[in-house]
Amino acid sequence: MGRYVPNTGQDRKEMLDELGLDSIDQLFEDIPYEVRIAGRLNLPEPLSEVELVRHMRELAEKNETVEDYICFLGAGAYDRYIPSVVGHILSRQEFYTAYTPYQPEISQGTLQAIFEYQTMICELTGMEVSNASMYDGASALAEAVIMACQATGRKKVLMARTVHPQSRKVVHTYCRFRDIQLCEVGYDDGRLDVDELKQMISDEVAAVVVQNPNFFGIVELLDEIAEVSHSHGALFITSVNPVSLAVLKPPGNAGADIVVGEGQSLGNPLSFGGPYLGFMATSRKLMRRMPGRVVGQTTDTSGRRAFVLTIQTREQHIRREKATSNICTNQALNALAATVYLALMGREGLKKVALLSMQKAHYAYQRLISQGRCSALFSAPFFDEFVVTSPVPVEQLNEKLLESKIIGGYALERDYPELKNAWLVAVTEKRTKNEIDMLVERVGEL
Amino acid sequence: MKVIEGLKYSKDHEWVKVEGNKAIIGITDYAQDSLGDVVFVDLPEPGETVNAGDAAAVAESVKAAADIYSPVSGTIIEVNTELEGSPELINEDPYQNWIIVVEINDASELDSLMDAEEYERFCKEEA
Repeated sequence: MGRYVPNTGQDRKEMLDELGLDSIDQLFEDIPYEVRIAGRLNLPEPLSEVELVRHMRELAEKNETVEDYICFLGAGAYDRYIPSVVGHILSRQEFYTAYTPYQPEISQGTLQAIFEYQTMICELTGMEVSNASMYDGASALAEAVIMACQATGRKKVLMARTVHPQSRKVVHTYCRFRDIQLCEVGYDDGRLDVDELKQMISDEVAAVVVQNPNFFGIVELLDEIAEVSHSHGALFITSVNPVSLAVLKPPGNAGADIVVGEGQSLGNPLSFGGPYLGFMATSRKLMRRMPGRVVGQTTDTSGRRAFVLTIQTREQHIRREKATSNICTNQALNALAATVYLALMGREGLKKVALLSMQKAHYAYQRLISQGRCSALFSAPFFDEFVVTSPVPVEQLNEKLLESKIIGGYALERDYPELKNAWLVAVTEKRTKNEIDMLVERVGEL
Repeated sequence: MKVIEGLKYSKDHEWVKVEGNKAIIGITDYAQDSLGDVVFVDLPEPGETVNAGDAAAVAESVKAAADIYSPVSGTIIEVNTELEGSPELINEDPYQNWIIVVEINDASELDSLMDAEEYERFCKEEA
């Protein structure tokens, strides 16, 4: 072990001499003997490097991944193609660090990458200001809700039941101890019931929260919802799928005041659930209420372009308990992956990804319905994820599909007991026609 | 540091100019100097009520965001909207550029505030 300990035997002896002690054990004399571990720790024998690598590989092989399976599961995290360049740039030592070096004197590269990330998020969402990213889509949504309550001075929020069930849980948790009253608005034909929203809206409402496309993959009526929200002075919060923004109207143009979302789809692998990144963008008017870090462009003393963190004065290291939020960092490396992905794809590339996913999803939907084993549940338009009713309980269907190395869709009944045998199927640009045909064939065999 | 005769001062470095039952409130030269360049003033809505000692506005500078407390209880009847576009006016002349006007509920609260001479001594002790 000696070579892994940064001080030598001589160093340790000198330190002990300085303390007037004979052994390191004497340092622990204050700890009662009964609570100490006698003898060696109950651990297996050490392994050589070659043995350890083999052991780790055996453990890793127990995982079933989307490399070996055909994945039709989405529900918030998507099996998209990640160009190899993303990994290469990410693992450059100037970027690859456990913590973000924010000091402008030594981190212009990182700060510029974050600035570019912010710029691209603004372009995608149609908003004026973006922060440097947040932990994930769910916590970004919760932060948006709190931000809306602070900005309006109101304590009631209306959230669509078509928002991701896990995100709703996170929002509930954030609101519980802040005395924010959270009410859920039902759905009709798979999208937010605007009539119900009109009945529930009042001048006490701080914000209306929807997801687009929603958890069922369906495109919400953003303009109409924005109008209802604004007519009562409530802010309009949307949680969006960033890839869909390449083909759908940007929420900023539909009247959104705060736009958040899960950024995993942009160059980040599924990785069993994280780390991912959340994004958040808003208007200039609400900029100072926005939590998290923001990188700004300025000039240094010689007049050269430079990047620095800005609008930090409301963060917790300065404002303490009066801070806008407890988040005081970002997901820099994941945001960098998103930046590199977006830069590689460009406007046209991202549009292609979105269109391919959409066309393939619609092909899969048509085939599943025309085959006659699955039936349609909603008629509203969807993007690249859709709901059908399975001929058998979804768990049973998915088990059957796994035998053919297919990961089936999500069982909506878990979160929506009223949607019996409802199957949420995601089709990304990675799925081939053959894979979709195979899925349909297997379903037909049931 | 500039202190003006005839105004009342709080320990949180606000000044109060009393006109009838109205209290015109701003921050002192000492306060603006400590804050540095003010880049944003978060103003309340007219009509809101405040208790003496409540945070009524926030002045945000390049290095801090500081609450501005109302030294008196009452209703906020006016806010200086000129500060929305030109927050730097606070640095230029903190005594000309007031922040809020409060209709006073209880004039006796003014008695606990300092006069110019007392405030000057107070600042010296703080520094």
